[in-house]
Amino acid sequence: MNDGASVTDKGRNDPGLSTAELEHAFHDMLLIRRFEEKAGQLYGMGLIGGFCHLYIGQEAVVVGVQLALKQGDKIITSYRDHGQMLAAGMDPRGVMAELTGRATGYSHGKGGSMHMFSREKNFYGGHGIVGAQVALGIGLAFANKYRGTDEVSIAYFGEGASNQGQVYESFNLAALHKLPCVFVIENNRYGMGTSVERASASKELWRNGEPWGIPGKQIDGMDVSAVNTATKEAVAYCRAGKGPYLLEMSTYRYRGHSMSDPAKYRARTEVDEIRQKRDPIDHVRNELLAAGIEEEKLKKIETDVKAVVADASQFAETSPEPDPSELYTDVLVEA
Amino acid sequence: MAVQILMPALSPTMTDGKLVRWLKKEGDAVSPGDVIAEIETDKATMEVEAVDDGVIGKILVPEGTENVTVNTPIAILTEEGETVPETAASATPAEPAKSGPAKVAPEATTAPAVPEKSVSESEKDWGETEEVTVREALRDAMALEMRRDQDVFLLGEEVAQYQGAYKISQGLLDEFGEKRVLDMPITEHGFTGMAVGAALTGLKPIVEFMTMNFSMQAIDHIINSAAKTLYMSGGQMGCPIVFRGPNGPAARVGAQHSQCYGSWYAHVPGLKVVAPWSAADAKGLLRAAIRDPNPVIFLENEILYGQKFSCPVDDDFILPIGKAKIERQGEDVTLVGFSISVGTALAAADLLAEEGINAEVINLRSLRPLDIETIVGSVKKTSRLVTVEEGWPFAGIGAEIVMQVIEHAFDWLDAPPVRVAGIDVPMPFAANLEKLALPQPDWVVNAVRKLV
Ligand SMILES: Cc1ncc(C[n+]2csc(CCOP(=O)(O)OP(=O)(O)O)c2C)c(N)n1
Ligand SMILES: [Mg+2]
Repeated sequence: MNDGASVTDKGRNDPGLSTAELEHAFHDMLLIRRFEEKAGQLYGMGLIGGFCHLYIGQEAVVVGVQLALKQGDKIITSYRDHGQMLAAGMDPRGVMAELTGRATGYSHGKGGSMHMFSREKNFYGGHGIVGAQVALGIGLAFANKYRGTDEVSIAYFGEGASNQGQVYESFNLAALHKLPCVFVIENNRYGMGTSVERASASKELWRNGEPWGIPGKQIDGMDVSAVNTATKEAVAYCRAGKGPYLLEMSTYRYRGHSMSDPAKYRARTEVDEIRQKRDPIDHVRNELLAAGIEEEKLKKIETDVKAVVADASQFAETSPEPDPSELYTDVLVEA
Repeated sequence: MAVQILMPALSPTMTDGKLVRWLKKEGDAVSPGDVIAEIETDKATMEVEAVDDGVIGKILVPEGTENVTVNTPIAILTEEGETVPETAASATPAEPAKSGPAKVAPEATTAPAVPEKSVSESEKDWGETEEVTVREALRDAMALEMRRDQDVFLLGEEVAQYQGAYKISQGLLDEFGEKRVLDMPITEHGFTGMAVGAALTGLKPIVEFMTMNFSMQAIDHIINSAAKTLYMSGGQMGCPIVFRGPNGPAARVGAQHSQCYGSWYAHVPGLKVVAPWSAADAKGLLRAAIRDPNPVIFLENEILYGQKFSCPVDDDFILPIGKAKIERQGEDVTLVGFSISVGTALAAADLLAEEGINAEVINLRSLRPLDIETIVGSVKKTSRLVTVEEGWPFAGIGAEIVMQVIEHAFDWLDAPPVRVAGIDVPMPFAANLEKLALPQPDWVVNAVRKLV
């Protein structure tokens, strides 16, 4: 059974990311973090309403995965989707404008924080029903196979979502039909206020695909290189037509579940400790410094990222709300 | 440059809060993510984090202050080495909290105007016909569309090797192979989600539910994933998919296998809902459903599968979704039905004719979009309306039709419209009780007698 299965795979035995790739990763992770901080700020100012699930703390996961993909590979995720979109190369302006419900947003203001899509970047959303993206994700993989391409699909979901029945229906279908789908569990330890220990009888989520022969690995999701190495392996397995693969990324979200979460279910010290010892951005920064990259160069990246985020926010705030006529459009495709 | 730190809103409804505690003091350096203060709303205590690098230059609102309005400056952040400006006001707000652009209230929903239409408008003549069963018509429709478009495929339980639980997909596996005719494990939620995902990429799946009762396992994907994605994506991502299977009561199969989902699905914007009666309906509408770029619910009826009707033989035969058909012309009363109830209405019309009452019978064919023009046109002629359906009356299709007729043709009505519907109970098993629960032609006749 289960050829790639192994316990925690913290270290890396392949060369990992090149320095240039690490720089790229640093940029993208920092972009996500600064973007999310800005989104939090705009929320505080009342410019973003409703639900807003920030990705802060989990940046290494999407960035590490994205660097293992090629053009045409498809991505789908939950409502915690801003990081995925930025990593996939979607325009921060369009994303921020959607968060603020403006006409210039990716969904013309009709999707919001949880629902954005981009055919061009092969980003299939942005789904608000916990677990739904997993069944949809194997459908993306089904399409890859049906069309005879070697493209793979990545279905991201939380450790909370991993208890949904349709996730196991999807494991079965994907294994049965050898669908090229990498299941990525983002185990950030909590589903809203419920810790993984209180929700899952399974203690090793990476083994949850075993009955279907789906190889699994647990990865340090705070280490972008480890994420990337594991994803490359998983993606190669899928491309070779061997079927689905499961990666459990051990990660952490620094902020509340959504904006209005007082986070009483965990101690401040728990968050602080992870921030100080395992922060994924500090991690890649240290790797870059160790590789001889100058502090100045990283500072420059930081300044650039800040400017991009400020521009996105300015763009969003000054964009008009959708025209009232938008209310009635896009309900059906007019044949 | 010094910037103001503003009192944040931590929930969509928060207007003010208490500044409980400062965790940083004047002169402390902060960077993004550092917790600087704790605030309390009526619901919870929460932490305020810094979003910029800098030094807390001045605290403007001391801890313990109650009722601090959202967006009030609570502190000033300066850059390293910079002095605090004289007046707090001279610091620029971190981000001016612009009030959003003017909001325009949407117009109140009013009934859309119904264009006048001549009732006699007849549908295209497709020429030669042959007698076929509804079962054959459905199979032929799928085969024709699968030949025409490589992106069309069929999946469901027992659709391939078993040739269909109700033998609808007979011969399709042989012709199209297992790539395009796929047996699914009994896992409606999962395979429906999979099919919807494939449709989002542009493929055109036909999902067969063994019966529509089991589509309840998958209703989340039908509504939340298939029907809403086009809208949520601002028009980017359509979902060309057909969900089909036998709907409504069969015979003697009990409560869990005997239900009409017409009004359930017709409720949802983003879906089209079709309910054929004859073999021609089945063939023409299924072809249209497969070609439609939107998710279409296709409600069949097990009792009708074996019934024969004349159906055009023309290879191009197709019917438009959203157009009803007047199956019988009459002047005294309008009977509106869909699926098997069209037969009930026609049988009632025969009985009424014996009494000298001329009923007009409308076969809806589509529930959404509903061809209200044809119904209103007929009611303006007959001034009386009876709806017929096997589903329950409460919030049913009849209720919707009656309401729309009241909106559009109130002044033409000579009597209150009547709904004939399935009895408002779960379906019983006993043969006599089952018969008592389902609309019979004489129910319609009795309803009409009270109107004329
Ligand atoms: C089917 C369903 N049930 C409940 C919810 C409400 N809900 C939204 S997010 C969430 C927690 C999910 O946790 P997890 O899967 O771990 O993802 P995370 O938020 O940690 O990224 C819940 C219960 C929902 N959106 N959908
Ligand atoms: Mg979680």
